[in-house]
Amino acid sequence: MPDDEQTRRSSLNPVTDEDIPNAEVSPMSSETLPATSITPTTAAAPVAARAAEIASDASAPNVVFDVRDLNVFYGAFKAVRDVNLSVHKHEITAFIGPSGCGKSTVLRCFDRMNDLIESARVEGQVLYHGVDLYDPRIDPVEVRKRIGMVFQKPNPFPKSIYDNIAFGPKISGSKENLDDVVEKALRQAALWDEVKDRLKKSAMGLSGGQQQRLCIARAIAVEPEVILMDEPCSALDPIATARIEDLMQELKSEYTILIVTHNMQQAARVSDRTAFFTTEVNPESDTRTGMLVEFDSTNTIFSAPSDERTENYVTGRFG
Amino acid sequence: MSPLSTDELVVSRELPGDDGSVLLGSASRRRGDTLFRGVALGAGLVVLFVLALIAASTTKEAWPAFQQEGLSFVTSSTWIPSEGKYGALAFIYGTILSSLIAVVLAVPVSLGIALYANEAAPRRLRRPVVYVMDLLAAIPSVVYGLWGIIVLAPAIKPVYEAINGAVGGVPVLGWFFNGTSGRSFMTAGIILAIMITPIITSLSREVIATVPSAQREAAYGMGATRWEMIRAAVLPWSRGGITGAVMLGLGRAMGETIAVALVIGSQAQITTHLFEAGDSMAAVIVNQFGESSGNHRSALIGLGVVLFIVTILVNVSARSIVARFDRRSRGM
Amino acid sequence: MTDLFLESEVERLLLEATTSRSRRVKNRLASLWMVGSLLVALVPLTLVIGYVLFKGAGEISLAWFTEDLPAITRKPGGGMGPAIVGTLLITAGAAILAVPLGILGAVYLHEYGGKTYTARLVRFMADVMTGVPSIVMGLFIYTVWTLQFGLEGIGGSLALACLMLPIIIRSTEEMLRLVPDELRQASYALGNRKWRTIITVVLPASFGGITSGVMIAIARAAGETAPLVFTIGAARNLNLDLFNGPMTALSVQIFGNAQTPFDAAQARAWGAALTLVGIVFIFTVLARVISARVARRHNA
Repeated sequence: MPDDEQTRRSSLNPVTDEDIPNAEVSPMSSETLPATSITPTTAAAPVAARAAEIASDASAPNVVFDVRDLNVFYGAFKAVRDVNLSVHKHEITAFIGPSGCGKSTVLRCFDRMNDLIESARVEGQVLYHGVDLYDPRIDPVEVRKRIGMVFQKPNPFPKSIYDNIAFGPKISGSKENLDDVVEKALRQAALWDEVKDRLKKSAMGLSGGQQQRLCIARAIAVEPEVILMDEPCSALDPIATARIEDLMQELKSEYTILIVTHNMQQAARVSDRTAFFTTEVNPESDTRTGMLVEFDSTNTIFSAPSDERTENYVTGRFG
Repeated sequence: MSPLSTDELVVSRELPGDDGSVLLGSASRRRGDTLFRGVALGAGLVVLFVLALIAASTTKEAWPAFQQEGLSFVTSSTWIPSEGKYGALAFIYGTILSSLIAVVLAVPVSLGIALYANEAAPRRLRRPVVYVMDLLAAIPSVVYGLWGIIVLAPAIKPVYEAINGAVGGVPVLGWFFNGTSGRSFMTAGIILAIMITPIITSLSREVIATVPSAQREAAYGMGATRWEMIRAAVLPWSRGGITGAVMLGLGRAMGETIAVALVIGSQAQITTHLFEAGDSMAAVIVNQFGESSGNHRSALIGLGVVLFIVTILVNVSARSIVARFDRRSRGM
Repeated sequence: MTDLFLESEVERLLLEATTSRSRRVKNRLASLWMVGSLLVALVPLTLVIGYVLFKGAGEISLAWFTEDLPAITRKPGGGMGPAIVGTLLITAGAAILAVPLGILGAVYLHEYGGKTYTARLVRFMADVMTGVPSIVMGLFIYTVWTLQFGLEGIGGSLALACLMLPIIIRSTEEMLRLVPDELRQASYALGNRKWRTIITVVLPASFGGITSGVMIAIARAAGETAPLVFTIGAARNLNLDLFNGPMTALSVQIFGNAQTPFDAAQARAWGAALTLVGIVFIFTVLARVISARVARRHNA
């Protein structure tokens, strides 16, 4: 298994060819790259020390996402600046911070949902297995097939439970037996026993927590590698929240999960790594730009943060 | 799916591994979006195309009459097809007069119903009120015309006669409430009023519904009665929108053909006497079209052009009033 | 009387205790005006429907639906078959033309155009187009179609389609606006393309509302007369071919017969009016039923 991953990893990331001792690298990678290459990583990182740190981090075999100097703009307004972090396979990575700090905005860069906002513009790189998702040749629709998303408010389609789950596999032309896909997804989302007798009933009749698990099932039915969760429990009661958190722990073995949460305890409970964001006020325009303060293992963030702002936040003195 | 182009093949090699190449998608898959957008845009543009074509084609057919009459097409009231004279002023007058009567009759009723449905009626009565208006709007205009010519016109003639007898000789009142024709400007106005009442009501209701409840509560909070609240909060807020609604009703009345053709009396005359027979542009077109030819037909289509221009003007100004109101009430 | 108004007895007493007499009288008068307006509007509605029912019911029989129009209109006899079929066919033709175009146009306005200049222009012009008198649409189709191809059913369909198009565009756009953006996002997040999102998520989610708007447009078109007078000609016999030869319709028959002084012809006009009102009401009620049922299915 590790061997397998290593191979896959290296063949996917032409950038770090040199860093990887394993020689199973596509021979033509760096030579054939045109000037406007997808992966000008080594040349582009402006802050050398930070870049080196990331590069060493990124060369780890289980890095799924590697975010480098990410800036997001809405029109002329800079919403988030200078985000650098990496997301590891089969881990839960949590984004926390006060509201308006851009954590959801950053999350939406991982499946290019920001593209849907007309004025949104992204600078920097979001490398997915070494491939820059913001390369102009990348088709965002293909990205979203591999990177699923669960939203703040449960948003099942006004269709039957079955049709909700079967929707993704159908549109991507899955050859598998839909009944099996639906059952598998619902079982994985721990919803099967509750709904198996009413699969043809409207999904709108489910409770809020069930709807959210249905949305998770709908996302995993297309067999993504990553699931992005944008405050998935903020509309749910504590019991439903606990079920979703349990579910996340179970899903971790098969999926890589990123979760935005406004609930610090939730981040502490479920995540392996945590990124703390905050806002800074731009004095001349009185706008707020979000920024990443600290990114580390969840343990470190909550017990021994290196940044004072993080400490203030997690101890409840701010935000 | 079409096979990959050479260009795409190069690209896939640059992105080794299955993930990378898959993420590129392909032009053919993206084409669906472009195509669908184009089709939808085309459907939207049909509206512009049709409007332009209406203006062009009817003007072209009406051109011989316009050329012959020049400005007197709209300034002369002599319309004698057998002598080749086409002055439409009497019809324009009839269209405007009958529509104005309709608006004067319909506005207080429509506004009353709209206020009742939105402000005064108990919840359980609100839906039925809306249904009644829907029903009124659903009846085809030709049915109103049929009822107007067979039932209303004969029945209302004695009323006209009585009013004429009472005030016909009195100055001012006598200028208007004069004449004894069952089919008249007034009868046309009444039928039109019935037809535009549901339109003005439903548009006004929409406008009144946008009045923020905070405004209502503010008025009630100062101890206002319901009527005082309506005058202080509802009416000022919705004045623009209601004006727009009334103008849309006016536009609808001006264009209405069949009901008017049946009850206006078909007599080209310009008079202030509301109980006398008259004629309107739309009514003349539909009544004379069948037996017309040559320049006569061209002149009738010319009436259509004038009607088109007038209703467009009324509608555009109504829509801009409504639009300005919309912007304001959404705080933009 | 008091139960016609929102306020309770307690509120009324409170009002009486705290408000001056003149203010109370004004309030009362205003309330009377509002209820009075409704009653005023009910009078013609009741009268028209009453007359149509009572005068028209006598005409309706099996022969009414099956037989051709009589050759001599002032004598009783014959049926309305060709006009009923004509109304249905011509309206159906108009719907086939206008419904897809209208829905696609609305999709453009709401899903693609948004606030762009083109979209705002189209939206404004669609509003303007709803105000174009139906007789002008009739003249328009007469000049661009009938002059070339002669009097035939499809001309009527085209004219009615022009009337329906802006209504469908605007009502459909309103319905698309009600589809929550979360549904679109959910679909995009599953890797669905925009056009397929529209077809598989947005349109199904607003199906009830769109259908209801379409039905109302159809009902309105079915009752129109002026656009048909210049375009479909006059026929006494059944003509099932929209593309060949003149046809007739219920509204045209009502108009023609209403103008004659003959009892038999007027009776026929009432019969046709009842039939037409019946058809229009069926569509209107259908619109309500469909939208209510779809709403129930999705929300329960």
